[in-house]
Amino acid sequence: MEAKISIKDLTKVFYKKESRVTALQDISLDIADGEFVCLVGPSGCGKTTLLRILADLEKPSGGTFEIAKSKKERPLQSMVFQERGVIPWLTVEGNVSFGLKMRHLPADVINERTAYYLKKVGLEKFAKLYPKELSGGMKQRVSIARAFANDPEILLMDEPFAALDEQNKFILQEELLNIWSETKKTVLFITHSIDEALLLSDRILLMSSQPGTIIDEKRIDLPRPRNMEQVRADPLMADHFVEIWNHLQDEVQRSRK
Amino acid sequence: MKDSRRESMIDPLQMEKQEWKKRQMQHRLKQILTISSPIFIVLLWEFLSRTGLIDARFFPPPTEIVGTFWAMGMSGELFHHVGISLFRIFAGFLLGVIPAIVIGLLMGLYGPIRHFLSPLIMALMPIPTLALLPIIIILFGVGEVSKVVTIAGSVFFPVVINTVAGVVNIDRIYLDVAKNYGADSKQFFFKIALPGSLPVMLEGIQMGQAIALLTIVAAEMMGANSGIGYLIWTSYKAFLLKEMFVGLVLISFFGYLFSIILRGLQAKLLPWR
Repeated sequence: MEAKISIKDLTKVFYKKESRVTALQDISLDIADGEFVCLVGPSGCGKTTLLRILADLEKPSGGTFEIAKSKKERPLQSMVFQERGVIPWLTVEGNVSFGLKMRHLPADVINERTAYYLKKVGLEKFAKLYPKELSGGMKQRVSIARAFANDPEILLMDEPFAALDEQNKFILQEELLNIWSETKKTVLFITHSIDEALLLSDRILLMSSQPGTIIDEKRIDLPRPRNMEQVRADPLMADHFVEIWNHLQDEVQRSRK
Repeated sequence: MKDSRRESMIDPLQMEKQEWKKRQMQHRLKQILTISSPIFIVLLWEFLSRTGLIDARFFPPPTEIVGTFWAMGMSGELFHHVGISLFRIFAGFLLGVIPAIVIGLLMGLYGPIRHFLSPLIMALMPIPTLALLPIIIILFGVGEVSKVVTIAGSVFFPVVINTVAGVVNIDRIYLDVAKNYGADSKQFFFKIALPGSLPVMLEGIQMGQAIALLTIVAAEMMGANSGIGYLIWTSYKAFLLKEMFVGLVLISFFGYLFSIILRGLQAKLLPWR
């Protein structure tokens, strides 16, 4: 199958007076169409930088990447930002329709798609509210609906559930999987929760700490739809968990030296 | 041990009700205190002035000031002064606020413009506009224009500085969201920069409003033949202290009124806060 995202020798160096930090070094990577990939690594390993480059918010210092286009009018990518990324002066509805409005789509298309995804994430009753009136979990639903409503080629997610409490996290992870299974979008998802990665991914990429490189990958073949009980009960997943855990420990130790 | 437990079991609801009543009482007490201080001062003033404990020539009793206020209102003199002052404030306010918002937004959005203009603004800001009054009069004559320009000049600075700060301090993540979802520069301006900077900008406008009142009174004292400031100054020079107090009370009233109006506007414009 042809790759949806292909990254070749991507390098990013941050250059400051007398110091240079290599955030990413020679990242090469193919992600298939419809694949859900999680990027796991110690904090400061450059995973957010990689995502920001793909999101066109940062320029790479070297190397190239390509996102395959299937339809002309489709945007290349949309990002699900962390909780703070919901714009406080727009209503729930205004936030969800943000991308569609920016692209000047016809009003009826905007209304229809916004209503559809508001319903999908269970926020149709809250459409006219401002984010200040929402809980953290509801804000993150807004952020997810905004990205899906935009109907991009690929979705980029930057630790979207990191700020949520455990219960809300589980609920939103399952909701995300529901919406995703309907659209089969290609997703690149950053997390440092191993459980989250095991639950969501088709493939987990492990990154090393500075300079960030991809050192290993794990295929997760657990049948879908999945839930957390299955992940916890599966002995193979338990092995994966321990391996990834050990890897992260090693990397954290290494980056301290 | 047993006794105390039984006691608390008797009427938990009754106890909460008592607590609630106590809180209500305290709340009412606070409201009464807030209203009572001005009333107390006015009554004290009236009493001291009537009994001759303070000199009634300098501090005429409030009831007499009210009488003078009524007489001045009936003769139409008051409306003339109030009208002309309000015109100057509004015209000057608009003439100051509108360019301040435009320039502030441009400075906030475009680094080069900000770096180019900010030294000029920093250098001019500490100079009280009133100290520039002679130059303003040379440039604009002794008529209405120079008063309006004086107000505009004093309102401009707090608004421009707050507008720049408002734009510059918009959380970076909203800029990323706008960019990621493909906002063009016009959409960026109207959907992100303007609404995002509005809270801080409105604080600047609130400040500008207060400064406009200070400035108009002083400017009318220095070179005018009408207006509330003129009324205060000429009444004082003619030793018509009741008339002077009428002017002072008017300023206080309008200051209060304007800030209430702006607070209301703030609530209307910022439903998301």
